[in-house]
Amino acid sequence: MNGAEALIRGMEKEDVKEIFGILGGSIMDVYDVLYDKTNIKHITCRHEQVAIFASAGYAQASGKTGTCMATSGPGACNLVTGIADAQFDSRPVVAITGQVASTAIGNDSFQEADMVGITMPITKHNYFLKDPNDVPRVVKEAYYIASSGRPGPVIIDFPSDIQKAKCTAEFPKKVSLEGYNPVYKPHQKQISSAIKELMNAKCPLILAGGGVIISNASPELKKFAELMAIPVSTTSMGKGCLPEDHPLALGMVGMHGNKWTNIAIQEADVILAIGIRFSDRITGNLKHFAPNAKMIHADIDPSEIGKNVPVDIPIVGDAKEVLAALYQTAAIAAKAENERANKHTEWGNKMAALKKEFKQEMDYDNVPIKPQKIIHEVQKIIDADPKNTILTTEVGRNQLWTMHYMNIRSPRNWITSGGLGCMGAGFPLAIGARIARPEANVLNMAGDGSFQMTMQDLSTCMANDAPVVNVIFNDESLGNVRMWQKLFFDGRYSETDLTHNPDFEKIAEAYGAWGKKIERPGEIGDALKEAIASGKAAILDIRVDRDECVFPMCPPGGIIHEMID
Amino acid sequence: MDTNNNQELHHITAIVENRPGVMQRVASMFSRRGFNMDNLSVGPTDDPKYSRMTITVKGDPSILEQVVKQLNKLIPIIKVRELPLFESIERELGLIKVKAQKPEARNEITQYVEVYHGTIVDVTQDSMIIEVTGDPEKLNSFVKLMAPYGIREIARTGVTAMHRGQKAASDSVKQ
Repeated sequence: MNGAEALIRGMEKEDVKEIFGILGGSIMDVYDVLYDKTNIKHITCRHEQVAIFASAGYAQASGKTGTCMATSGPGACNLVTGIADAQFDSRPVVAITGQVASTAIGNDSFQEADMVGITMPITKHNYFLKDPNDVPRVVKEAYYIASSGRPGPVIIDFPSDIQKAKCTAEFPKKVSLEGYNPVYKPHQKQISSAIKELMNAKCPLILAGGGVIISNASPELKKFAELMAIPVSTTSMGKGCLPEDHPLALGMVGMHGNKWTNIAIQEADVILAIGIRFSDRITGNLKHFAPNAKMIHADIDPSEIGKNVPVDIPIVGDAKEVLAALYQTAAIAAKAENERANKHTEWGNKMAALKKEFKQEMDYDNVPIKPQKIIHEVQKIIDADPKNTILTTEVGRNQLWTMHYMNIRSPRNWITSGGLGCMGAGFPLAIGARIARPEANVLNMAGDGSFQMTMQDLSTCMANDAPVVNVIFNDESLGNVRMWQKLFFDGRYSETDLTHNPDFEKIAEAYGAWGKKIERPGEIGDALKEAIASGKAAILDIRVDRDECVFPMCPPGGIIHEMID
Repeated sequence: MDTNNNQELHHITAIVENRPGVMQRVASMFSRRGFNMDNLSVGPTDDPKYSRMTITVKGDPSILEQVVKQLNKLIPIIKVRELPLFESIERELGLIKVKAQKPEARNEITQYVEVYHGTIVDVTQDSMIIEVTGDPEKLNSFVKLMAPYGIREIARTGVTAMHRGQKAASDSVKQ
């Protein structure tokens, strides 16, 4: 067995079923093993950036670790954006990068790049393989580190001579890492203090983030929120952790959150924040964020607690374990059920009333099409089969409108580049999601700008039976930045015009995909159904009103309940 | 540790895996997070599996807390501990090369070296190298004393530090 084969055998032991990647000169030995010596399926992408984002989408949709592969130098460097994204949004991904021969390292050899150095600040951990006998241990550790605790990307940089060299080491059964012991079980003392605060609260609020999705804690969240009758708001990454049509669901907070949700944050007297990192897009001006609230913050990553927002009750632990423990403690406290629910009725009613008051119109019939109308029609697709409809987004107004308006009703069915905010991510995320869950309908809510960053991978869809439906909000501009120029730069539209877009219908045709240009609101619903029924990758080129803003919105650095609308 | 001084210096010790690249990870984390590292020294421990780092950080207590947490997140870092001021011993070694041509200057310097429990480790016709060990303030004041004679060169190791009493940085590492 050589190093390359040891890598693939190690992956088989980690239950890897699919790899996204593109080969090249420095990783040919590994691809030689993939040729006929394994059942792992390789999905050839058309750009490495797509390979890494697809593996991240695969991870988010399935809960398993995604795997991608690239050659040294340019191939590996093309992964960087997706690695940074996976780190930001805590997605478990293992990336294998070929490397020039270990004897040639440092010579500025052809296609050499220091991937360990380049990715150090944007990975959970990374490895440089110097010895073929390290391969079995490193593969095991990489998958363990990527998927445990707070998940994240792990890179294995694999020189070509080590791929060829003989490996005699055994595959370890267990991982032993002295410096890495994530804490899952929360401390009971902290749980009890949290329950005490929540019991005595008049206006309690749960603020749930991506951590709840990652730890598959939705059932525990629902049980606890219902027991205590506490409204649940989410970050963008937390969308779907509680079905957003649930009576306790308040939807998203922050810059592009709901008005009522931001008011809830500012009026809450106790907040249970769980699996969130308090990004600036959530908090706005930190000095004025949640001014009345005692803050309980639970996260599996201790460094998130107290990083941005001062915390009264810190809880280190996995969201699932924390919510289960909170439920148990609350249930034991005899008075919990009835008395609690009653006490919060007034607050709950207030929130329900606000939600009604600020409810926004969706079903417009305007031409050019209002983006809300697209959401309205896609929502019908979700509502027809909420468990099996996955939504991804690009980044820009397509994302903001979708995250603001759309009701996501099931965890792992909402995938977006949250922290890094990467245009061009949505389509590959969707490809990965579709490969992970072939039974699901996957729709990518896209902009004309962002879709052009990775649309070449329509080939990947066609070659691998990944019929992703791209719903393009086509405003012939880099619309979100254009909106900021309108709002904050006196309408000085510097370089945001994209009127030389290609004909997306013809792009679809060229790839053998399904495509349609849509200019009337009445056509959207049927086109969506037709695109899904085609069983092919699809593009709906929907012409939208370029001047429609994403409102309400809290300007950057503003106080979150003081929104422009 | 409560302090009103925002730019307080803190010493942190870390027991780390004795592998290549660990120092790079620490340095990379500091630059990524915008922390101010005043000083970093690394050396072996009694166990060849581990190295010991002493890191001096500038910042308020909340920054110190983040530094400790972020260090703990790095996988090859096994144990991180803050060394409380006044409860720890700090030492630094300095080599100071001074111009010393006139006999009276040499006499004076020799006396200062004695007061500071230093050692003259090299002498030529017109220069001396003096080795001084102590806490950073002691080195600073010695350097100040030497300044009028004309300092040619200074090399300082950076601080290494240890908790007073029984406690050890590696406690609970080797069970």
